Amino acid sequence: MALLTVEHLTMKFGGLVAVNDFDLALEKNEIVGLIGPNGAGKTTVFNMIAGYYTPTEGAIRFQGSSIAGQKANRITKAGIARTFQNIRLFSELSVIENVMIGYHCRIRSTFLGATLRFPLYRREEKMMVEGAMNLLREVGLEDVAREMSTSLPYGKQRRLEIARALATGPQLLLLDEPAAGMNANETQDLLQLILKLRKDYNLTVFLIEHDMKFVMEICERLKVLDYGTTIAEGTPHEIQNNPRVIEAYLGEVQRA
Amino acid sequence: MDPNHLRNQILSIAGTVVLLALLYVANTQGSDYTIRILNNIAIFIILAVSYNLINGVTGQFSLAPNAFVAIGSYTSALLTLTPMEKEISFIIEPCIWPLSVITLPFIVSLVAAGVVAALLALLMGFPVFRTRGDYLAIVTLGFGEVVRVIANNTQSITNGPLGLKGIADFTNIWWAWGFAIITVFLIGRMIRSSYGMAMKAVKFDQAAAEAVGINTYWHKMLAFTTSAFFQGVGGGLLAHLITTISPVLFTFFLTFNLLIIIVAGGLGSTTGAIIAAILFTWGGEALRFVEEPMDLGFIDIPGIPGMRMVIFSVILVLIMIFARQGLMGTREFNWNWVCRKLGIGGRS
Repeated sequence: MALLTVEHLTMKFGGLVAVNDFDLALEKNEIVGLIGPNGAGKTTVFNMIAGYYTPTEGAIRFQGSSIAGQKANRITKAGIARTFQNIRLFSELSVIENVMIGYHCRIRSTFLGATLRFPLYRREEKMMVEGAMNLLREVGLEDVAREMSTSLPYGKQRRLEIARALATGPQLLLLDEPAAGMNANETQDLLQLILKLRKDYNLTVFLIEHDMKFVMEICERLKVLDYGTTIAEGTPHEIQNNPRVIEAYLGEVQRA
Repeated sequence: MDPNHLRNQILSIAGTVVLLALLYVANTQGSDYTIRILNNIAIFIILAVSYNLINGVTGQFSLAPNAFVAIGSYTSALLTLTPMEKEISFIIEPCIWPLSVITLPFIVSLVAAGVVAALLALLMGFPVFRTRGDYLAIVTLGFGEVVRVIANNTQSITNGPLGLKGIADFTNIWWAWGFAIITVFLIGRMIRSSYGMAMKAVKFDQAAAEAVGINTYWHKMLAFTTSAFFQGVGGGLLAHLITTISPVLFTFFLTFNLLIIIVAGGLGSTTGAIIAAILFTWGGEALRFVEEPMDLGFIDIPGIPGMRMVIFSVILVLIMIFARQGLMGTREFNWNWVCRKLGIGGRS
């Protein structure tokens, strides 16, 4: 059974149809990409899956249960974590605190237990610190754990955001333009990192990206959106040679 | 986590003991005036530190602390007043049963004050946290006024504009500072726990907070209710310090004073809130002379009541222009920093 199934997903903002009749089935451990020109509705799809928008129509099922229209924090708890297109770290918290906070939704201590530091909370706090430290090591940020998150260079902030998402214990990771603003070397490192994380954490990855070299290399399957409509899907090779995709990106070929 | 944890804990306990010793000296040697100011300081520390939890740490611009202080004051006063005093005070309409016959110990009335204020916050929170930012400020401002108007008009419970008189002066330096220490300790602990981290996350970026699984609504409620609890207790202490309360005490003016304190101290810093509460309360007394008639030799200035507020307002405006972070920003007092400054090396 597919991990995530999306059927007939439609999002209308007033008269504007941002996403129209979008279908998707993600199998466990896949890396699937969502591409398309600017304004095609890619982030809208993410926002619906992650619970930021309630779809106008359609169904989203994660591990067999319907999650369409549920609140974002519930969906995160259910096992879908996301990163943002424009990095959204907690600016006045340190690097390690940014990751620790991802564990907060999973602790069993009540606020009283945490305030009075009952033994359960002490154990859980220790777990949070150790878990966060492990994740930072995984993404190569252990040496800057105590620094302020905003003092990090751009590429590291992206990695930190991924570590924070992983701290919530997801099965499905939604990455919104993870390679944006990175140079070729950083992109290559990111690619290796995502492949490694998928293996270590048994993840399924669904990502939006404009860097075609990156997308073609990492994704096993691609979906292409244009004006909210799916215009193509298939392996990277198929997509590269699909005339409709080329048309959407480059404009219609004028025939003499 | 911190290798100096044990040392810091010992220093904190030692600091508290020194504070208590100083209070003991002040209580035995100091004048009534000094003791009164110290009591005021303690109550304002309670109010400011708890107000900072919702406004500074969680970033929800509530303007309703006057409502919770009012509820706390009335609750605890009504619970400690004896039936006879109530009969004397309530001249227009008699006090309703069972309030008319109840008299409870001071400590019970303080806890009740906190609980009632917290319950009110819980009820208020449902509509309030459907809004954000400026709207939230306006809604809470409205609720603050509503509570005051209710206090003015429920003659048989609050005795209306006449207020309550003859409240026993139970609040002394130990009650006031005892609760101040407890408040700072508990709220400080809460802020340092992962619940406090989640509250800060809500302040910095609500969408990102939800993305890491934080129930933002619930955490706002938690901060709001906790803050209201301590404001209620502070209100109870205040009622038993000034012994006469009436609705005019709990206007927006009270909220405004608290707002000056937490902004001047640095929104989000408990240390800042404490320092500013001390400076504000002490400064309010020290600046009394500006409201008195002054004879500068060549010119006679008549006393201008309210001049101190003008000065405080000017200070607030200056802070907003030149030092928006306030005294402390979001930094907190910590022993590691003190020890480094004093050149006492700890393990790092």
